[in-house]
Amino acid sequence: MKRNLPLIVAFISGVVILVGGFIPRDPFPRIESTLIEWFMIISGFAILLGQASLLRMNVARVAEKAPNWQYYLAGLISFGLMLAFGLLWGMEKTPGLLGQGQGIVDKLGTKPFDYLFENAFIPLSATMFSLLAFYIASAAYRAFIIRTFESNLLMITAVIVMLGRTSFAPVLTGWIPDQLSWLRLPELTNFIMQYPNTAAQRAILISAALGIVGASLRIILGIERSYLGGGK
Amino acid sequence: MADLMTTLGIWLAAFFTLSIFSFLYKDNPFYKFAEQVFVGLSAAYWLVYTIYNILIPNLFSKLLTDFSGNLVLLIPMLLGIMMLLRMFPKLQWISRYPLALMVGTSAAMSMLLSFKSDFLEQMAATMINPFKFTSAVDVVGTIMVIVGTLCGVFFFYFSKKQEGLYKVPSKIGIWFLMVSFGASFGYTVMARISLLIGRLDFLLRDWLHLIK
Amino acid sequence: MKMPERSVVERRIVFLLLVLAVALPILFPLGLKTQSTPLTEQVYGLVESLPEGVPVIISFDYDPSTITELQPMAEAVIEHAWKKGHKVIATAMWPQGPQMAEIAFKDVQARMERKDAAAKKHPYGEDYINLGYKPGGLVTIQGMGRSMKAIFPTDITGQKYDEIPLLKPVRTLKDIRYVISLSAGDPGLRDWIMTANGKFNVPVAGGTTAVSAPGFLPYVNDQKQLYGLMGGLKGAAEYELLLGYEGTASLGMNPQSVAHILILAFILFGNIRAWKKRKADRLALEAKNG
Repeated sequence: MKRNLPLIVAFISGVVILVGGFIPRDPFPRIESTLIEWFMIISGFAILLGQASLLRMNVARVAEKAPNWQYYLAGLISFGLMLAFGLLWGMEKTPGLLGQGQGIVDKLGTKPFDYLFENAFIPLSATMFSLLAFYIASAAYRAFIIRTFESNLLMITAVIVMLGRTSFAPVLTGWIPDQLSWLRLPELTNFIMQYPNTAAQRAILISAALGIVGASLRIILGIERSYLGGGK
Repeated sequence: MADLMTTLGIWLAAFFTLSIFSFLYKDNPFYKFAEQVFVGLSAAYWLVYTIYNILIPNLFSKLLTDFSGNLVLLIPMLLGIMMLLRMFPKLQWISRYPLALMVGTSAAMSMLLSFKSDFLEQMAATMINPFKFTSAVDVVGTIMVIVGTLCGVFFFYFSKKQEGLYKVPSKIGIWFLMVSFGASFGYTVMARISLLIGRLDFLLRDWLHLIK
Repeated sequence: MKMPERSVVERRIVFLLLVLAVALPILFPLGLKTQSTPLTEQVYGLVESLPEGVPVIISFDYDPSTITELQPMAEAVIEHAWKKGHKVIATAMWPQGPQMAEIAFKDVQARMERKDAAAKKHPYGEDYINLGYKPGGLVTIQGMGRSMKAIFPTDITGQKYDEIPLLKPVRTLKDIRYVISLSAGDPGLRDWIMTANGKFNVPVAGGTTAVSAPGFLPYVNDQKQLYGLMGGLKGAAEYELLLGYEGTASLGMNPQSVAHILILAFILFGNIRAWKKRKADRLALEAKNG
């Protein structure tokens, strides 16, 4: 029963949206708008749930003095600081509990939340992902070995595209005459992206769309139940 | 004071940047510290924006200013609280209701929308007359799109082991996919390098002032 | 001191070479010029074709991890829209979006004033508005198609939707003349294409990271599901070129180009090494078998 009733809820909401997609007359548009507003509000609580779980996990690690607990404490302190700054003085044009905090803005140059965002969050986020550049360079040296005809095709395309998307491209093949202009790197790159790449990506999109239809129907009809989680 | 704080801010940004980069040499306390600070800031940021951009304007503000006119909003609020009960193992089953509502709604919407835009429109976009173009490059290219799309779908769809003539469209489909993956690899390299350019530009220009 | 393994040493050399390949062209620019491509020109054409005063949406669907690629695109599109007199409505499907939007608006304003001290000012509430972050992707966009006010009861300052003059002509998404989504993943451009264009026939154009760009090309078709696409740093540089200025993206193409050549060199050396090893193994096997 604990699993069946939610399946009925999923079925009803799914069918209402599906029928509403084909019958644009009252009451379906109103029901759809209501469901969408509720969806957004519940999403907000779902985000709260995620943050609460993370907080609980980190507090437990610090309390039990798990390995590296000092770093989790640093995480909790930064969480608390950012949350306090945001709630008290708000961010950018949004006022907080203490208004727009003009006094603090005069001292810091910006609101404390924005200060932390620009000088801590942005560098941390951007640098974390920029590490990938090093890994792709290392992988290029060690892992991209040509063995078969198909991998040859992949590598040749990659070389053309990588050269074609640089500023060297017009210089490297600028000498090719106009009658064979399609062989010039920039034009060849555009050709590859516009035609064979589009064909393959379109095949992927079409196949994925059919997959989505199948998966969505399975969810609405209650055949797919993994989103309910384990247990009775 | 503001100027001093701006300078301090740049040094803070540089400290965090170099702490993360230090991982390339090996894992170390600076990296571990920076990583956990990132997690903390990220979570708090999202929480603050959830409160100020979703919960206050779309729920609490409406309930507080016109409670009787917005009584129906008590339902999503209740469903939201039921969602929060997922944190407690014994009460987890209660969270299935709001989850089911969200999953049912989004499954139905994405089914309708993706079927139109990713299936019907894509099929229509493939059904072009290649010979309407004057340039040979466009004619050849359009034929490639038609052949490549059909062979690609053939490859994905007919997963039974293929023999003889039936192998040909699959093979052609794989070749087109390989070309596409090569193009994706080229673009991925571009994306990753771009991220590094941004960081080094910050260090050399804004921190060390080596560039005007 | 124990010497690190050969593979670790090799890896560190690769990392060092990459840093040099990127840092040196930043310090000593090569003066390379970018060429624009039809995909970016289509986006430019869409913005250029519309008259003054029309409401448009720029959706900031990314976070700081992709700032190098997408922020220059945001700034270029904002500058273009302001030059054309369009009323810019900023929305965000990612939580960091509203903050990235505010930084972009400030930076564009500052750049326009640096170029010309008497440049027209673009005050908040008159030439642009920031409606903030809403989760939900295509579900939320579908809601925007029914009623913008229901999804965005206020802007980020807390002012009510009905009290904002810029939003008076905008009842639903159908009143928007174009949507440009700057997107780093999901939710993002795909949701805008499927919903804003697929259901409500609003023209959609986009800027994405280079990683996602190849996957969006099928939408650039006769059905005009997507009015062009700016892909990665090069796409941003092309838009800057079309607008006539050399911003961070254009300057970034110098180290980008050199780094690409380096990666190709790595692939070449890696393959030569693998081929030599295969040959040596084959000779050893032949020698063993007599």
